[in-house]
Amino acid sequence: MTDAQAATRAATRIQRRIYVCLLLVPLAIGALLLRLFHLQVLEHERYTTLSEANRLRVVPVPPPRGRIFSQDGVLLAGHRLGYDLQVVASEAGPTQVWLPRLKELVTLNEVHLERYRKLRGRRQVFEPLVLKADLKEREVYRFVVHQHFFPGISVVGRSQRYYPRGLETAHVIGYVSRLSAADLELLGEERSRYVATDIIGKTGLERAYEHLLHGREGYLEEEVNADGRSLRVVRESPARPGRDLHLSLDAALQFEAQMLLDGKRGAVVAIEPTTGRILALASQPSFDPNLFTVGISARLYRELLDAPDRPLYNRALQGQYPPGSSIKPFYALAALHEEVRGLEQPTWCPGHYRIGGRRGRVFHDWKRGGHGNMSMLPAITQSCDVYFYHLALDLGIRSMSDSLRRFGFGERTRLRGGAEQPGLVPTPEWKLRVRREPWRKGDTLNMGIGQGFLLVTPLQLAAATAALADRGVWRRPSLVLTEEPEEPEAVTYDPRHLHWVREGMRRVVHGARGTARAVGRGLTYEMAGKTGTAQVVKLTEERRRDKDVLEELQDHAWFIAYAPFEKPRIALVVLVENGGSGSKGAAPLARRLLDQYLAVSGES
Amino acid sequence: MRAVAASWVRACMALDWLLLLPLLGVSALGLLVLYSAGDDGGSLVRHQGQRMAFGFAALLVLALASPEWLRRAAPWCYLGGVGLLLFLGWSDAGGGTRRWLSLGALSFQPSECMKLLVPMGAAWLLTCGTRPPTLMRMLGVLLLTALPAYLVLRQPDLGTAVLLLGVGLCMIFLAGVSWSLLLAAAAAAPLLLLAGWEYIRAYQKQRIFHFLNPEQDPSGSGYHLIQSKIAIGSGGVHGKGWLQGTQAQLEFVPERSTDFIFAVFCEEFGFIGAVLLLAAYLFLMVRGLGIALRCPGHFGRLLAAGFVLSFFASVFVNIAMNIGVLPVVGVPLPLISLGGTSTVTMLAGFGMLMALSREPARVP
Repeated sequence: MTDAQAATRAATRIQRRIYVCLLLVPLAIGALLLRLFHLQVLEHERYTTLSEANRLRVVPVPPPRGRIFSQDGVLLAGHRLGYDLQVVASEAGPTQVWLPRLKELVTLNEVHLERYRKLRGRRQVFEPLVLKADLKEREVYRFVVHQHFFPGISVVGRSQRYYPRGLETAHVIGYVSRLSAADLELLGEERSRYVATDIIGKTGLERAYEHLLHGREGYLEEEVNADGRSLRVVRESPARPGRDLHLSLDAALQFEAQMLLDGKRGAVVAIEPTTGRILALASQPSFDPNLFTVGISARLYRELLDAPDRPLYNRALQGQYPPGSSIKPFYALAALHEEVRGLEQPTWCPGHYRIGGRRGRVFHDWKRGGHGNMSMLPAITQSCDVYFYHLALDLGIRSMSDSLRRFGFGERTRLRGGAEQPGLVPTPEWKLRVRREPWRKGDTLNMGIGQGFLLVTPLQLAAATAALADRGVWRRPSLVLTEEPEEPEAVTYDPRHLHWVREGMRRVVHGARGTARAVGRGLTYEMAGKTGTAQVVKLTEERRRDKDVLEELQDHAWFIAYAPFEKPRIALVVLVENGGSGSKGAAPLARRLLDQYLAVSGES
Repeated sequence: MRAVAASWVRACMALDWLLLLPLLGVSALGLLVLYSAGDDGGSLVRHQGQRMAFGFAALLVLALASPEWLRRAAPWCYLGGVGLLLFLGWSDAGGGTRRWLSLGALSFQPSECMKLLVPMGAAWLLTCGTRPPTLMRMLGVLLLTALPAYLVLRQPDLGTAVLLLGVGLCMIFLAGVSWSLLLAAAAAAPLLLLAGWEYIRAYQKQRIFHFLNPEQDPSGSGYHLIQSKIAIGSGGVHGKGWLQGTQAQLEFVPERSTDFIFAVFCEEFGFIGAVLLLAAYLFLMVRGLGIALRCPGHFGRLLAAGFVLSFFASVFVNIAMNIGVLPVVGVPLPLISLGGTSTVTMLAGFGMLMALSREPARVP
């Protein structure tokens, strides 16, 4: 074989190999095309979805929360602009450059800086981060004047819940605060409505009507790049604002009640007797609900919780007190209704009542010398304890409990928007179960003058008073005007019986010997009332009159009232804790409130 | 003067327009895609345009060279390339990623040059005697390939190293090694792979793992692949239109102007665009292999076919990586990806093809 022949063979061999390549290369390219066909044609839709999901970001838009107004149109819960200090790290540069100068203008503590550092670690550099929320007005002005020194730092307005008369409405309106993990847990399925919001109603009406006030979230669809920077808005669906609440509260009355209680511990509940609508729901001491809207510090919250006079506690709904003599009209009505007592049936009052023979226990009347011969109306007017000891024994514990329950005592009124306590209407079974003691005659006597185990809330007593005012019709109290009041149950009391009891209450104020005759002077309208003085501890009469007795040991002062007498437009309860006697500690407050309400509403 | 003009006309007539026109077309398309992939108002395009102009100049010069001159220059070119790689490895003995060599204002990647220089060196070695290539020479070619491949692997650039090895094996295949030997080599390959596993860097192993299961770590290196597939798939038949690809324009596709420029192209020009581009590539390859067939000398034949296979390997590896058929390795798409060295190397290779096609056919 020559070289030439070998070369030719090699050449043909190379050519054969090139032919193999000419076959394989198009095959390989074809395989790539097949795969591309699979991706771009067959799976096109799937990848389009993924691509859109990459490109678009859905940003929830918070709905403006509904406002709350009083019956007379006063704004009780609305919004104000809060100012936040925002930093865009990529524009502001390193912290040490701007922080020292900024500290001269705005108060910044370690808490702010620590929170900012945490945010900084989690977010992108171009995202605005809140350095300090809710700047003081002075800080805003000082910063804005020097803004040109701080590129990337700005003051941004934000709508924030605001209670213009916070201190005067805190207990009834409640407050909103930051959504907590526990709130989210409670929301369950509903939590999807809160993606754009970080506040939720925590107490009072803000909590009870959260579903109306909150509104519905809107959405923005934004185009974003791979870093998450927003480039433009593609689509928008607006938020639906929360519904406004219109309350039955009379703002002037509410503020006046709150003002009258200022410096005291107590509650006022005023109800429109013909509807059950609440006109005022005051409790003192109070607190500023605006503290909670931006997030209250743990220390301040603890202080509020632990304060000895408990400002967070709504005495009108949650306070449970012995009603004292203010309960007597209800027993009188029960006795007439059960026919255990006639109107004129006399009882001798020697100033005390003794059970168990000569060595037995003595139950005093508030009037040491005794009232003498008493029938029902004078007994109410002068609040004769001995008369009601007898009446209680005639009625018996069962009848007493039943009749109190008919007036709504012993269970929550189920007012929407309130965290209520149920009070306590005792029975022998209750005492046996809880106290492990049998019911004694003395328990009945004590209960007969509103002492002992019996406990009521101011709201319960107000609803019951309104029922007396409206001639026996008990109505469930309500706060929101747009809600139709519940249809009340039919009246079961004899109109004559009601008339007599109401007359007794009228004479408490207008009668010559009425316990509250002092507040009846100069009245331009007729009113009915009943004083109550509830013992906190048992004190001797001498000690009771002693001015030096510790304030905490003083009696609670009650006054229940309604007016005008014939066609009552308002029923009212005033409670002043440790306020002394009802006639001096509570009745004057009631008079002021009635004067104001009737003068104002009488003109219209 | 007239003589000069006439020689110019002759030279132009002699140019292989069937190669030149598709090359110009694909390069122009490359600049168009690059404009879309870059987000700096065309400065990338200007830069790449300059390199391309230089590449076409090199192409024209080489097209006028004689095949014999190419054959004589081949070993020196190869040695020069290996020398630069050695220099690069030596100047950066501490290890780490270093692929760029700077000579004054000029900086380039010697590893890219090897895609042309390995076929040249191998073709020269296989044809330096008159006798048909022996087994010893085959082993020589293997060594000649393995040395630059090893140096490139050290850079570390796994993709290019494997690609160079593949080109070397193609040369041996073309030279006519017997099929039985090829089968034996195929059997030995897994063992080699196992041995090579030790030399692969951790991040390269990661890439291979994520290629096998990209959804496992969507934010890590698997992210590249996922975003690239989304871009290509969402392009559909017609594409989203030039400058309209959301995956590209919103920067979801990583390495948009280099390794993943094909994804940008497919998103904006769709399946139709992909078919046309691949058709153009295929046309260039078939035409190149045709030139190799018609080449009179062994050297020309081997160089032409070897370069075409090298070009094919780059195209195939890059596109396969974009569509998730091969792991993510840094191999540019010839004539489209940003990168001066790759562009100039490929255009120079086509210049050589033209020189080889110009040679009048005569029986050796």
